[in-house]
Amino acid sequence: MPLPRSVTISINGEPRELSAATLEQALRELGYGDAKLATALNGDFVPARRRGETALTSGDRIEILTARQGG
Amino acid sequence: MNALPPNRQANTGPAPLTLYGETLPSRLMLGTALYPSPTVLADSVRASAAGLVTVSLRREQARGRTGERFLELVRDIGVRVLPNTAGCHTAKEAITTAKMARELFETDWIKLEVIANDDTLQPEVFGLVEAAGLLARDGFKVFPYTTEDLSVAERLLRAGCEVLMPWGSPIGSGRGLNNVYGLRLLRAHVPGVPLVVDAGLGAPSHACAAMELGYDACLLNTAVAKSAHPPQMAAAFAQAIEAGRSAYLAGLMAPRDMAEPSTPVAGTPFLDRTAK
Repeated sequence: MPLPRSVTISINGEPRELSAATLEQALRELGYGDAKLATALNGDFVPARRRGETALTSGDRIEILTARQGG
Repeated sequence: MNALPPNRQANTGPAPLTLYGETLPSRLMLGTALYPSPTVLADSVRASAAGLVTVSLRREQARGRTGERFLELVRDIGVRVLPNTAGCHTAKEAITTAKMARELFETDWIKLEVIANDDTLQPEVFGLVEAAGLLARDGFKVFPYTTEDLSVAERLLRAGCEVLMPWGSPIGSGRGLNNVYGLRLLRAHVPGVPLVVDAGLGAPSHACAAMELGYDACLLNTAVAKSAHPPQMAAAFAQAIEAGRSAYLAGLMAPRDMAEPSTPVAGTPFLDRTAK
């Protein structure tokens, strides 16, 4: 029986151990559900429609941003 | 000789502000940060009748709920939003942030900030021009936070920007218009281009002065949000911007070095006192 997948991913600057294989799975695993947010992987924007096909590997850096006050 | 700038000759009425083909109901643009509460923010936007509010993107800490609450607030206020790329120090960071903002806020308008250093938060104009060109080619309507430098302005216009947003003074400083001469030159140099003074305005008189120079709008945040009564201050800025715009359209007198009597000299009594 294969061991569960585990990758170390930087989530908004903090290292996390995840079993997710894709960006979409990572968001679900992190508890974001269907929250309205925007994502980037290793500094490049990933549209919501591409999260399911965006594979993750150890060392990846994910940015998860949401709306905030601004000047 | 007619000394009026061409844009004023063509626009002497209370014409609305149109940017990228979209007409805004007011020449005041208001930031949404630093208010003591969401209620005070909403009251301030309403009191100013701002035509647009700026917003940002930040790392989410509460499973997305903080951002959703803010999105709901903005939706309730019902004013057009202009997302920014605040805090970005390179063209690449700004471009990625702009693309994330387009998806999140569902708008192709972007207030493009590429920051040079944390002491002055001044625009890093080389990265700004680079990012503006790439974003414009990608369909963005770019509002660049820039300096009053004329050659940078020309580069931004060539890159596809239809609006320029030069700083009055460093963000959050409240110092007003640091370089009136430079801002006046820029106004004269690009007479048909909408210009918005963005950053550094600390008092309604600063905004009024910018509008008297012929600027088309003002964007401010801290001066309202950090005042003792933000809705009242927001309304004061709105009045100042309207007054400055009207004064510009009416045509200001040129300053003179020497006094000139306003009361008629002819018929002045006791004039014979000089004839001893």
